[in-house]
Amino acid sequence: MELPGDLKYTKEHEWARIEDGTAVIGITDHAQEELGDIVFVELPEAGSEVEQNQTFGTVESVKAVSDLYSPLSGEVVEVNGALQDEPELINSGPYEEGWLVTVKLSDEAEIDDLLSAEQYKAFVEEEKG
Amino acid sequence: MEEGLKKTPLNSVHKRLGAKLVGFAGWEMPLQFSGIIDEHLSVRSSAGVFDVSHMGRIEIRGEKAASLVQRLTTNDVAKMGNGQVHYSLLCYPDGGIVDDITVYKIEDDRFMLCANAVNKDKDFSWIRENNKEKADIIDTSDESCQLAVQGEKAEEVLQKLSDTKLSSLGYFCFGTVKIDGVEAIVSRTGYTGEDGFEIYFSHSKAEKIWDAVFEAGERFNIKPVGFGARDTLRIEMKYLLYGNDIDSKTTPLEAGVGWAVKLGKGDFIGKEVLLRQKEKGVTKKLIGFELIDRGIPRSGYPLYDKDVKVGTVTSGIMSPSLKKPVGMGYLDIGYSNIDTVFDVEIRGKRVKAKVVQTPFYKSRVKAGH
Repeated sequence: MELPGDLKYTKEHEWARIEDGTAVIGITDHAQEELGDIVFVELPEAGSEVEQNQTFGTVESVKAVSDLYSPLSGEVVEVNGALQDEPELINSGPYEEGWLVTVKLSDEAEIDDLLSAEQYKAFVEEEKG
Repeated sequence: MEEGLKKTPLNSVHKRLGAKLVGFAGWEMPLQFSGIIDEHLSVRSSAGVFDVSHMGRIEIRGEKAASLVQRLTTNDVAKMGNGQVHYSLLCYPDGGIVDDITVYKIEDDRFMLCANAVNKDKDFSWIRENNKEKADIIDTSDESCQLAVQGEKAEEVLQKLSDTKLSSLGYFCFGTVKIDGVEAIVSRTGYTGEDGFEIYFSHSKAEKIWDAVFEAGERFNIKPVGFGARDTLRIEMKYLLYGNDIDSKTTPLEAGVGWAVKLGKGDFIGKEVLLRQKEKGVTKKLIGFELIDRGIPRSGYPLYDKDVKVGTVTSGIMSPSLKKPVGMGYLDIGYSNIDTVFDVEIRGKRVKAKVVQTPFYKSRVKAGH
């Protein structure tokens, strides 16, 4: 399970790369592996608002539909358009070319609610049981 | 993993290969090995192997075996020679479907029915309850194994393991041949729309045959295939899946397999109702459709014409071969013509779709063989 140390994570298996008041958001390597081949992604439009822990889109694998939960609140400033024709980029590069949206943060205090790589790793291990 | 799931003789092989396992019809089966799309595309370009040992294999033997099969199934066994197999259905008296099956005529007094795993026990009881002919009905599922080897390289792979000339085995024909020295029933049949075979043999030879097929197929990059790809492959062909596209409340005529219902033959269970339905016409029909807008249709999603509900999706996927969303569903008869546009409701959102010709993927079975 790939787990970059410089990112923050959530229990919904999303990651956030935070820099200068914005966050690039995606789903983790663990998430894409559990989902299998991703065939469809539905993302919000640039300019729309997202709220921490609220759904902001869906990612679909062959077998299932999964909701996406925003790790942080703010305004969507960029959406990864490549995913429309190539949703499989999430499988091949969940932390790079498979990024979902970039959000301009409205409340940086929310960053404290997120998990570190170690905390996320422990959470995943516990989930596996 | 659920407790109490049954395991096929190849279960340890699936685990060794790192398959993602799921429960299906009470069995622990591989959903995928290398990935659903990769496996799907491998079958369409070269060859893949499916462990389908979970399916039901029921033999019917005796002087009146043919009469029993003829009376319980919709297709015509009187037209079969030994070594022929056909697609057929077991129906209830009201025309609803007990199961869709393939029927193998081994001898004049010996038939094998291949049934869906989820229906095996139900089918077995149904046949026994209706066995006026006092034929012997034997569930041979536990002592046998079943593999499907599918794809354009399937024949070349199996030919390496057999002295029998497989090219002389026509579509929907079978023979008793030796595969890697093991006696097997080999039929040119399948659930993928590619050329390929299903092989039936003793459960004690499961690993031996599996390993032999993979060794023979190595240079073609033959892959193990799980249920995820089994489903995407069959949907591209608009092949039916019991529980999704057909059940006890649908008739073969509504499901579009009237060609497997021979109303001209003698009496069979369900015949009267099906005859009447044929005369009156069906009120709903299983059609194939593709989405015009973005989305993926899935089982259970309702179909609308403006605010009127006109049908339901029974199966749907993003087609790996065609790279577009396609599905199957029942539509009220007025909407079932090709090019009719309607809406699919996908999690609260209406998405445009249209009825199209099927199969979605052009069949490559060797039907003219």
